[in-house]
Amino acid sequence: MSESARIDSPEQAEFRQYCRDWLATNKPGEPPVRLPQSALEIMTEPQLHYLQAWQKSAYDAGLVGCDYPEEVGGGGRKDCQRIANQEMIRAQTPFFPNVIGLGMAAPTVFYHAQEALKQRLLPRLFSGEDIWCQGFSEPGAGSDLASVQTFAERKGDKWVINGHKVWTSLAHFAEWMIILLRTDKSHKYDGLSYFVVPIREALGKGVTVRPLIKITGETGFNEVIFEDLEVDDSYRLDELGKGWQVAMTTLLHERGAGELQTPRSGGMKSKATHEVNAAAVMELARNTPRGAATAADDPLLRDRMMQLAIREKAFEQSQRRSRVQALLDHPMRIPLQNKLLASEIAQGMSELALDIEGAAASLYLADPNAPAGGQWPLAYMNTFGMTIAAGTSEVQRNILGERVLGMPKSK
Amino acid sequence: MAQPNDFGFGEEAGLLKDSARKFFADNLPVDALHRLVAENPDPERSPELVWREDLWHQMVELGWSMLAVPEQAGGLGMPLVAVAGLVEELGRAAFPCPLLGTLNATYVLAACGEQGRGALEEICGGLSATLALTGPSGSWLPGDTPLAAEGGRLSGTACFVQDAGKVDRILALARAEGGLALYWVDAGADGVTIEADAIVDLTRDQARVTFDGALATCVGSNGLAAVNQALPAIWTLLAADMAGAAEWQLQTTVEYVSTRKQFDHPLGFFQAVKHPLVDVMIMADETRSLVYNAACAYDHEPEKVAQFAHMAKSSASDLAGFASSRSVQYHGGIGFTWECFVHLYFKRQKHSQALWGDGAWHRAQLADILLAPAA
Repeated sequence: MSESARIDSPEQAEFRQYCRDWLATNKPGEPPVRLPQSALEIMTEPQLHYLQAWQKSAYDAGLVGCDYPEEVGGGGRKDCQRIANQEMIRAQTPFFPNVIGLGMAAPTVFYHAQEALKQRLLPRLFSGEDIWCQGFSEPGAGSDLASVQTFAERKGDKWVINGHKVWTSLAHFAEWMIILLRTDKSHKYDGLSYFVVPIREALGKGVTVRPLIKITGETGFNEVIFEDLEVDDSYRLDELGKGWQVAMTTLLHERGAGELQTPRSGGMKSKATHEVNAAAVMELARNTPRGAATAADDPLLRDRMMQLAIREKAFEQSQRRSRVQALLDHPMRIPLQNKLLASEIAQGMSELALDIEGAAASLYLADPNAPAGGQWPLAYMNTFGMTIAAGTSEVQRNILGERVLGMPKSK
Repeated sequence: MAQPNDFGFGEEAGLLKDSARKFFADNLPVDALHRLVAENPDPERSPELVWREDLWHQMVELGWSMLAVPEQAGGLGMPLVAVAGLVEELGRAAFPCPLLGTLNATYVLAACGEQGRGALEEICGGLSATLALTGPSGSWLPGDTPLAAEGGRLSGTACFVQDAGKVDRILALARAEGGLALYWVDAGADGVTIEADAIVDLTRDQARVTFDGALATCVGSNGLAAVNQALPAIWTLLAADMAGAAEWQLQTTVEYVSTRKQFDHPLGFFQAVKHPLVDVMIMADETRSLVYNAACAYDHEPEKVAQFAHMAKSSASDLAGFASSRSVQYHGGIGFTWECFVHLYFKRQKHSQALWGDGAWHRAQLADILLAPAA
């Protein structure tokens, strides 16, 4: 390696070795049930409990929340979450169940909540004991998020919430919700405020959670109805009327462009799991007969597989380049592409997998003859959750065009 | 071997890239480039050699033509990532000069061991060079060379020789008694005829070079191995040039659509224009990231470099096609004229797109690596 090599700092190197050693003996065994393809489709208690136990053990070992201060239950380290994530994925672990909590609620609470609230909420969020969900979208507020109508009316030091949130992943298991509320009907953006709400304890007492069925037939997301739910003012994050600014912290992290690295694990290979990546698509092609040969011998499919393998490598290398100052232009140029690219590459891969399977792509999960257990049609359909949620691909392209390239704002 | 996290792109490389950007911007901004190379729009004009030879000599003085020459042969021995940084700036300026050819020859010669030393020393002495190994079919495979050598004399006609009118030396791959070998030829020697092609690109020259018993020095007995070793560097550097040119196309087009108004709005207000330009940016970032990955692999992970360089050139070719078409389209009527600068880059990019293999060709090679039956 050259002199200029920017390798792990001594702290990172030591931590990496620690993670590797810990994972070698503590990686969980085979799950007791088929796992969904991501945390957003967790449907049953056995799925949840298996994944919660994994997150708790990883947290107790110091692999979750590494870069948060110790006072709020973090590891007090510097730029080490990235290292833990790399090692967990390398070790092919299950994924964490509390993804909304880790990716969105934690950084938002950390940057915008009072100290006491942080200390109360974050340790149980990191450990996965408290599952979190996010109350942003409404029937009338999708891409135009700032038009949310769910209203909080002031009553002394309490707020009374009425309204309707949708596409709320994990609400059926969640203790807490981060929520964007209207506190002033006369201003679109400045009339918004941001709260954390203990929804589990309010079920049947002002909060109703109803499952919504996804295009795949799975559930995992919900609609949440608020009817005169009373919430204490101490659950407000940041100032009244600053909800939109707080929501930007959430969205930036949700799209993988935030300051704090999200704890992430995954990569588990077993009969109960499914991975969407170029290696898996190539493996599928090698095992799919086409006349006397295989789909891996078809020149058109080869070309499409290579296009995606190249984009997958480019995505990985852009993450690497985003940490090399001399090779960057606009500081947000790569981070703001992350969500768009990850979702569109996954969509392209799973779509290609269906073309490789050909007629057999018609076979779904319950069919004993389905290639890969029918997981590819499921994966393809699920990728639309990724290209629609957290700001559609179209909204992402507006953001990139306006904030990075400086083109005039579209309506 | 493992790659350093920062691609090995150190302080020196950053300074080189910055100074190259300044040099090109100061000495040949796009309006001056247009006056220099686009004076004659006649589509049936005879091939003309238009370039600023004085600026090339300044580049040589700055040491840029000997950057990649190993220190043992008197060069600067800079890593490929640093060279790629410079070439990205060359592409951004669409600068006419024989730098790419000279670098390409350097990587081939450096793979020839002791035999290539004399030629490398000539490059350090300020001479420029280009490669000749392609026949009329345009195949970039070394085994398809149209040239033959016997008793130190070359014969045959090489096609698509880049910047042949600007260079001092030609590095030719030829069939010889013991297999493919490399020969170092004076471009002005007896028996060398350079017939310039009439090409679309205004920022390069290209020629058919006929060798008719020209006197040649063998500089590499195992020409096949040397060329194969150098090819990933050649693809990577061309991809770097294309990434730089695409960034110019992107920024210039964004600037235009942000000022030009129709229907009471700047064009960039409309998502039919905005979103494809975002896609150009995304593709440009993909290419750049793949370029630096391949460049770093050349010095640190040679077992993977062919794979990574195929990725970089495939990505660059697709980028060049898309960025070029969008840059002309979104400049509208003015973009379709000779006076608008975008055509300079459009033509350079279309030339680069197929040079050293287009996207589909590189993906076919990559598939042979990634989809090879398990050993």
